[in-house]
Amino acid sequence: MSEEILFDCLHAEIVNYCLDGNKEHDLATLEYIGFTTGYRLIERLTRESPRFKDELETMKFICTDFWTLIYKKQVDNLRTNNHGMYVVQDKAFRFLTRISPGTKQLEHAPKFVAFTCGLVRGALSNLGINSTVTAEVQSIPACKFHIEVNRN
Amino acid sequence: MSRQASRLDAKKVNSEFLTLTYGALVTQMLRDFENVEDVNKQLERIGYNMGMRLIEDFLARTSAPRCLELRETADRVQQAFRIYLNIQPTISNWSPSSDEFSLLFDSNPLTEFVELPPDLTNLRYSAILSGCIRGALEMVQLEVQCWFVQDQLKGDNVTELRVKFVRRLEEVIPAGED
Repeated sequence: MSEEILFDCLHAEIVNYCLDGNKEHDLATLEYIGFTTGYRLIERLTRESPRFKDELETMKFICTDFWTLIYKKQVDNLRTNNHGMYVVQDKAFRFLTRISPGTKQLEHAPKFVAFTCGLVRGALSNLGINSTVTAEVQSIPACKFHIEVNRN
Repeated sequence: MSRQASRLDAKKVNSEFLTLTYGALVTQMLRDFENVEDVNKQLERIGYNMGMRLIEDFLARTSAPRCLELRETADRVQQAFRIYLNIQPTISNWSPSSDEFSLLFDSNPLTEFVELPPDLTNLRYSAILSGCIRGALEMVQLEVQCWFVQDQLKGDNVTELRVKFVRRLEEVIPAGED
């Protein structure tokens, strides 16, 4: 679809902007841009849906429906230990598919997953789940996102 | 599980996703720079970079032949807006010498959820659009200037983007290469 390339370009530029040399910028900024986007987007997406029954149902929504809408494919695997830890595996993550697979490129991988960490955290946050989201890239373009629910 | 999904319109979500992400970026820039002019410049630059890449996709997608005059170029720019943003600007206000035209937008998806606070009237929120046009056309050897004449965000009835042809760029072989 045509908007896809548009978003891919915008995402690449945001990554560039956030990590560009002279300013005090880092992955946290990138993550935060994702967070505010996710926070607002989920509000619009779930406006008409009934309240989610529990944490698991919310997670399922984020990791299946939401993910598919944004990343144009289903996640390849979703696991949970039933104690607030969820692992989402995507074997061809949208923002990594245009990068050559190689160990040298691997060090750049965090830039391309930070936005998504924020996006997921923001979406969950607006649905009342306080979480920590981290990503793990072992070989491009596969990626694992670890979502840890912070229960206090 | 998919009961919500059936209700969500993928196209609409895509467009809102883009709009909100862009909004988040602009907000971040406003925090990063004290001077609004700097934000305008950054947004324009980001657009320029995107335009340089999007033109490749556009040419591949449309197999458009070379434009022989600026009126054809204007049609292509209009077509690009339809493809990428699903909006159709009107081309109008040609200058007598046919080297300048305006794109009139009834709506702008980028500003769908935006209201400018009174202290940010200098912000060119959609500067990315003018940057995009400039970047894309530069890749096909056309140097243009592009600026906003009217903006719905600032209370005008339409958003008007003016494009002015500056010159044709010659292909230059980089120094040291034969």
